[in-house]
Amino acid sequence: MASIKQNHRPIPITLPDLRNLGVQLRVLVLANAMAVIAAVLRSNSMGETWQELLQISAAMQPVLLASMLALFGTHRQLAKLSYRLGIVAVFMLVLSLTALAHIAAAWLFGTEFAPPLLRMWFFSTIMTGILLAYFNLRGRALSPAITEARLQALQARIRPHFLFNAINAVLSLIRSDPQRAETALEDMADLFRVLMADNRQLIPLQSEIDLCRQYLALEKLRLGDRLRMNWELDNVPMDALIPPLVLQPLLENAVYHGIEPLAEGGEIYINLYRSRNEVHLLLKNPYRRDGDHHHGNKMALSNIRERLALHFDAEAQLKTKVTDHLYQVHIVIPYRTEP
Amino acid sequence: MSELPALKILIADDEAPARNRLRELLAEIPGTVITGEARNGMEALTLAEQEPPNVMLLDIRMPRMDGIEAAEHAQKLTPPPSIIFTTAYDTYAMQAFELNAVDYLLKPIRRERLANALKKARALLPEQLSEIRQLRPPRTHFSATERGRILLIPLADVIYLRAELKYLTVRTHEREYLIDESLTHIEEEFSDLFVRLHRNCLAARASILGFEKRHEADGESHWVALLKGVPDILPVSRRQQHIVHEIKR
Repeated sequence: MASIKQNHRPIPITLPDLRNLGVQLRVLVLANAMAVIAAVLRSNSMGETWQELLQISAAMQPVLLASMLALFGTHRQLAKLSYRLGIVAVFMLVLSLTALAHIAAAWLFGTEFAPPLLRMWFFSTIMTGILLAYFNLRGRALSPAITEARLQALQARIRPHFLFNAINAVLSLIRSDPQRAETALEDMADLFRVLMADNRQLIPLQSEIDLCRQYLALEKLRLGDRLRMNWELDNVPMDALIPPLVLQPLLENAVYHGIEPLAEGGEIYINLYRSRNEVHLLLKNPYRRDGDHHHGNKMALSNIRERLALHFDAEAQLKTKVTDHLYQVHIVIPYRTEP
Repeated sequence: MSELPALKILIADDEAPARNRLRELLAEIPGTVITGEARNGMEALTLAEQEPPNVMLLDIRMPRMDGIEAAEHAQKLTPPPSIIFTTAYDTYAMQAFELNAVDYLLKPIRRERLANALKKARALLPEQLSEIRQLRPPRTHFSATERGRILLIPLADVIYLRAELKYLTVRTHEREYLIDESLTHIEEEFSDLFVRLHRNCLAARASILGFEKRHEADGESHWVALLKGVPDILPVSRRQQHIVHEIKR
């Protein structure tokens, strides 16, 4: 029972990660929207609103940007604190930066031109509070979705078609080649262990590659020389963290739709590489428009797309391209080595 | 003791281990003999012609030609072999087989089930065929029979089809075949490949070279289609004249 409970433990609410582009955009848009509301409330005409907005912006933007920069830089330390302590730390950071901004303004433009410190503090407190509350609620809203993602991962992976064919292949080996049957069953056990694990946490790319190789060994058993692999791993960041089961379902698609319909088989090309701060996963397989069976599998793709969005927000992308003879999937995710 | 002649069985599966497994199981079922092992539907038909089997064990999903299409063409053999489909997992197919009492086995196959299925296996009825036909992708071949042999005609080779009394004449570069099908059904099935020129004629869109207006002695004029690769000229009926403008070359 204990282990079952552990599996269903919800993801704890954490401070927003300012290294994420999506979070940065949300902060900027929300803060500026609040500034616009304040400006509208304080003015009587359009022209006045503009003046007010400029004044508020002049006071707000430096504090906002400095706070974002500071939180960006200190995320690792903040993430180690409990959520409550983290909140206190964020408020302290923002309020001290507000005070700094006030002192700088007073020094630059004279005390009488700088906005009063108490008003700035008040404004900063409200804004930080609203933003933190927003991210807290958003985290809660997404947390069941992340639990859901685990279930989705369960569904997307491993077609029954593969499972039963693989068992059939292993059965055929038991008498003629017991050793290969043994290895195949071991591969299958490993594969299913991963499939049944808690798949909400990010895993190193290396683990996913190992999983793919085990999966491919099983397919090779059935398809023999018809399944040819071309791995390009010269510049692969093995330590990069990715959501589990991102590559394997794509390979399964490639085998099912690309290789199996071809009597002479074909080649699956995988290129994994790092470019600046991005990890690229590129997969190509032969494809015949007409040779496809009636139930095409868009499920795995939309499932992966959803999970990428849950983990990386706007920073990850998945693109597919179909030509007459080739099907291509290209995934880009931010390069991270720690959660 | 009177020995029954051994049941002749043909296996078709694109995966070598699956064929191995069937071979091992059949070796343990007395009164069976394997007459051929094929990797796809086309090979299965060639082997079935060389040595007509009593039963064909056909995997559904195979490259080149799938099991269901192979079963359709195999019905032209005399006598038609019994058909048992095999599949690892295909919900649609399984439902349709159940509904129409078509014999099938789920992989991994058990020896007792295989033995049972072989005992009661029989040829497909035309109704069963027309029901399961919907399960397969568009067929890749027409088939004709000549002196007990099945001739497969790749769809891509067909230049035109002409209705003649009870049969259809299929024209390819090499020769003409007679097939037992209906022009209307083919027109519906392959509306993207063939176009109706005349009440009794369908032409492959890709084979139409162009159209020409012919003047008759009595002053009447009508359109004819010119074809790639063959000197034949096909008349276009008045009702179908609109296609002259639709297919511009």
